[in-house]
Amino acid sequence: MGVAIYVLAFAFLLLGIYALVAKKNVVRIILGIAIVEYAVNLLLVLVGYRQGGIAPIVTREHPPADLVARAVDPLPQAMVLTSIVIGLGVTALAVAMATRLYEKYGTFDMNDIRDLRG
Amino acid sequence: MKGMSPIVKNTASVVTAFVMMYGIYVTVTGHITPGGGFAGGVIIMAGVVLLVLSYGGDPIREVTAEGECHVLEGLGAMAFLLVAVIGLFGGAFFANWLGTGRPMELLSGGTILISNLAIGLKVAAGLTGIFLALVLAIRAAMPKE
Amino acid sequence: MTIDLFILLLVGFMLVAGLIAVEARDLLSAVIAVGAAGFALCVIDLLLGAPDLAFPQVVVEIITLVLLIRMIVTRTDTSRQTPRDTLRTGAVLLAGGVILVVVFVAVGGLDGTGAMPAFGHPVVANAPAGPGTPPGVSAEYLARCTQDTGAANTVAGILLDYRAYDTLGEATVIFVSILGGYVVLRSIGRKREGEADAS
Repeated sequence: MGVAIYVLAFAFLLLGIYALVAKKNVVRIILGIAIVEYAVNLLLVLVGYRQGGIAPIVTREHPPADLVARAVDPLPQAMVLTSIVIGLGVTALAVAMATRLYEKYGTFDMNDIRDLRG
Repeated sequence: MKGMSPIVKNTASVVTAFVMMYGIYVTVTGHITPGGGFAGGVIIMAGVVLLVLSYGGDPIREVTAEGECHVLEGLGAMAFLLVAVIGLFGGAFFANWLGTGRPMELLSGGTILISNLAIGLKVAAGLTGIFLALVLAIRAAMPKE
Repeated sequence: MTIDLFILLLVGFMLVAGLIAVEARDLLSAVIAVGAAGFALCVIDLLLGAPDLAFPQVVVEIITLVLLIRMIVTRTDTSRQTPRDTLRTGAVLLAGGVILVVVFVAVGGLDGTGAMPAFGHPVVANAPAGPGTPPGVSAEYLARCTQDTGAANTVAGILLDYRAYDTLGEATVIFVSILGGYVVLRSIGRKREGEADAS
């Protein structure tokens, strides 16, 4: 079942790359960027999962020795935490550029924008 | 961008205070419970988004502008760098130069508390500024048909 | 084993939502489908023992939804498909299939041993470094975080003490992307003022 989860997550990543490369509408390209972000975060968190694991937070019931035996991997979580907020910044930048494109050309279609260039 | 009905406006103005307080709580206790600077910063930004959506763009434009958000974002980034550079005197770049304290207390963790606050301020102010700029730009470029 | 089944169903749900987002002609449905995928990812984060990630994931996904819904003015996607598009789509799908096969071989392995760790047994389990296994640095972090940094939250300790340099890089990336957003948006509205003054 682990292999099936990895394969589905990779298929999700490929769906995002397909939307980014082969689609003509600017909004769909931005959705492709968002899907690639989600897929990469999903894959990183999936790699760090331990069977029957608990969250890596020290409490009174889970001293550090207990965490080493049972906690999930904390390192991918730290990397993904920053990646999520960076994804929001990138999406805001992409929406800003799409707004500029619409103001200048009046359409979201890349075919029309390519014809109207200059 | 028009605002919404008075029921929504009154509810939003009360709820936003709680959302901001929740964001500050998540930032300050980032070294004890899940959360931290990034999560708290985006929660504070979500409170501002709630206000903008319910009151419309014009009243918000009168109260604040993107310039203040620039300044706050820069302050947050400079505070984070200051913490790192002071650590340089303590032995290494980003060394933890306060004591560790007892775990699971609010004043533990050394410089982690200060770093959390700085990053929370930076993320909240920066994303709020870009959201305000986007709302006004979308209103100018794409009038709602 | 039931958690694995839940995660499989949720990832399948994300895949279906992604298909709707990529192929639907109505742009509002596509945006809402991506929102649904984000919510499913937040639930997967909670199931996988990462509450630190569920917080920002749900808030970021809601804000993305708000931005995208305001941006779509023309509600339907009326673009045409040319033969070059079909060729490019075919090339992307072929490359995608090749990558999937490579991943399958690396994970499952043709003879039982794969390159990627099996699902549920991360590298942190290799804590004592032997002759063939790499030392698991995460086990060191988990064991020594509280006495080295004093933070009870291991992820916050890693982000802001052990690997604070990466957090500085991340703050820089967000700063640059917001700066880029400001630069792109600077002249919207300025042209209108110029025309109003000239007329």
